[in-house]
Amino acid sequence: MRKKLLNGPYLAWMLIFAILPLFIVVWYALTAEIGGERSFSAGSLARVFEPIYLRVLWRSLKLAAVSTLLCFFFGYPVALILTSRQFKRRTILVVLIVLPMWMNFLARTYAWLTLLEKNGVINSVLSFLHLPALSILYTDAAVVLGMVYNFLPFMILPIYSVLYKIDHSLIEAAEDLGATPLVTFRRVIFPQSLAGALSGVIMVFMPAMTTFVIPRLLGGGQYTLIGNLIEQQFLTTYDWGFGSALSLFLMALLLVTGALLMRSRGDGEGGLW
Amino acid sequence: MVRRVSSRVYLALVFLFLYAPIAVLMIFSFNSARSRGVWGGFTLDWYAQLFRDRQIMSSLYYTIACAVLASVFATVLGTVAAIGLSGMRGLPRALTAQLVYLPMINPDIVMGLSLMLLFISIKIPLGFLSMLLAHITFCLPFVILSVLPKLKQTQAELYDAALDLGATPLVAYGKVIIPQIRPGIITGFLLAFTMSIDDFVVSFFTTGNGVTNVAITIYAMARRGMNPKINALLTIMFAGVIFLLFIANRRTADAKTRR
Repeated sequence: MRKKLLNGPYLAWMLIFAILPLFIVVWYALTAEIGGERSFSAGSLARVFEPIYLRVLWRSLKLAAVSTLLCFFFGYPVALILTSRQFKRRTILVVLIVLPMWMNFLARTYAWLTLLEKNGVINSVLSFLHLPALSILYTDAAVVLGMVYNFLPFMILPIYSVLYKIDHSLIEAAEDLGATPLVTFRRVIFPQSLAGALSGVIMVFMPAMTTFVIPRLLGGGQYTLIGNLIEQQFLTTYDWGFGSALSLFLMALLLVTGALLMRSRGDGEGGLW
Repeated sequence: MVRRVSSRVYLALVFLFLYAPIAVLMIFSFNSARSRGVWGGFTLDWYAQLFRDRQIMSSLYYTIACAVLASVFATVLGTVAAIGLSGMRGLPRALTAQLVYLPMINPDIVMGLSLMLLFISIKIPLGFLSMLLAHITFCLPFVILSVLPKLKQTQAELYDAALDLGATPLVAYGKVIIPQIRPGIITGFLLAFTMSIDDFVVSFFTTGNGVTNVAITIYAMARRGMNPKINALLTIMFAGVIFLLFIANRRTADAKTRR
């Protein structure tokens, strides 16, 4: 029974530094400053639904969705190849997928400028090969590239970990029963990997939806996604009410998306507890 | 055969994609031309100048101080919490479980700005302390989620046996439970440390008064064009991580062969 008391400091910590701050955000979102005092107002929340801001939201959703899809299409084969039995030391390959994350992500994202520039590394290689130059810097494509680059490991790892656990005898049974590799993949491997793919989708979509650094660095200065809009409210225009309303809306949106995705996944993990 | 080759080519391309920016960063730390994208010959000047750059050195100092303090504190608080959590049942346990995940599912930008609002409301000046408190908060779940599975594997009877043999609960924990969950504690500590070292968004919102970490310094520089000294610093840090991984790998390999 005394074990329970051990939770005390942790619960107190979380109450102050995780729960209370969210209530402050709600409070700022629902109030407005009128004559030096903050009083209840729905004004900030209503502003979120103005067409200019809805357009920003739509654009953010679109880019995050495209990045998530691309991560899935490029990441799934990587996970599949890593689980195949052709590599003796595949743990090293998995470590190599994670390793880039140990270098600061801002610096790595910034390095793409050097690669993508008009006279950058990629274009030098392309012109050497007599291929047309690539100019995607400061466009949607560059932002999507930055997101895929940063979040690809988040897609590969969960898929890898479920594929790794698939009972190999099932695959052999399918082959013995005359299934072509494609049918084996479609009917045996892929359905069992869906749980991992869903975790991957959540783990890529969430940060892609909220990032403000990637669009700032690769999209140029004037480029705005919802993350940039929120950051501006707090650090440039100091409209904390509107910033809080936007954050609240974003959180609600992500919670609903997350809950829907988790529900479609069924049983959930539950193993840890 | 064709499948084998094509899958290797594909994997190579993905690694090229993942490592190209890192290679560029490292190569340009040896570039004597200052502007990015122009190669002016090999030099080690930036490495020498790095240690004389006040701003970079102070941000490095704050990054490391914050990561060490935050991960140590989060490891202690998180381990104690995990032990407490493992003794909970029913609804309180389900609620606390949700609470543990909160800092992980909360988008980092929301966490950063909500903590900033908190510190302003309760009049903690934005600076090193506020950044440290924020880092501890987002490090906690990594420690708890590393320790909990290990706790689940421990044999509770051993703890009871220690009590029966006259150990106080504190001694029983120190001598029986802690050694069993040590790998989980170490994993949690390392995760917390790397999370703290790499953090930008939460630090960006919760710091102030001229206290910056390496990530914030990079962000500030990126607007005006990044200084090759930063490339030198990141190259050293990355080499350090690879070195540590290598050592850790050797140690576990040694432990295995000895057994």
